[in-house]
Amino acid sequence: MCADTAPTDLPQRRLTLRDTREDVEGAFSEFFESLRDLGYEESNVFAIRLAVEEAVNNGFRHGNKNDSQKVVFLSWSATPTHVELEVEDQGEGFDPSAVPDPTAEENLEIPSGRGLMLMRAYMSDVRYVDPGNRVRMVFIKPPPE
Amino acid sequence: MAASASRLRVADINGVTKVEFVDRNILDEANIQQIGDEIGKFIDAQVRPKLLICFSNVDHLSSAALGTLITLRHKIDGKDGQLRLSDIKPQIYSVFVITKLTKLFQIHDTAADAMKSFA
Repeated sequence: MCADTAPTDLPQRRLTLRDTREDVEGAFSEFFESLRDLGYEESNVFAIRLAVEEAVNNGFRHGNKNDSQKVVFLSWSATPTHVELEVEDQGEGFDPSAVPDPTAEENLEIPSGRGLMLMRAYMSDVRYVDPGNRVRMVFIKPPPE
Repeated sequence: MAASASRLRVADINGVTKVEFVDRNILDEANIQQIGDEIGKFIDAQVRPKLLICFSNVDHLSSAALGTLITLRHKIDGKDGQLRLSDIKPQIYSVFVITKLTKLFQIHDTAADAMKSFA
């Protein structure tokens, strides 16, 4: 259901986000600029951005149930080839294996339920930590073609 | 509370409502509700709506945006209308492919191609 993984030894940046445009855009701006400074190409930033935005939005909407008093924690560490990030909400957690496959024919026309799938599609690894209110993701920069 | 400025550029071309987005990060979760509501009003205003959504100015989108597109498609289908998408950049198009939403939407390379496809 949910796996626990060893914490990274890389130095981490950790931010506490309220569910406000200011907090979220400020955090993302800092995070993506730090990746560009490390030499990540726009295609890499696109992928990481898509995944982290889904994780943060899931944290606010599903984890914290839109409770404006609750926050989401975003932390990351990065090298020129490797990004580790973690998103944690203040909810009770969930079972990611219970999320239906949004690409199944019977689910295609359902408006919701694609966030987790996109996270898994664009990141090298996605793991939820028990009880499911914390997700760790890894992006490994592809070698040049 | 003052209404937010529209984030859409809208034109009527031979009975087709063509919608373009004003800024590049328009389809994040914060904006998508308003965008969905705005486009929904155009659909409501027409008997058999013909809608073209042009993504030429879109560099990023969220799963919420995909959900809004699906909802708009349902709304248009309910009025026996037609929906086309066009000018989707490769990175964004890959999101449609991965989610298999290419099965649900008629997607054209250009707005001109899309316009020709309306019945």
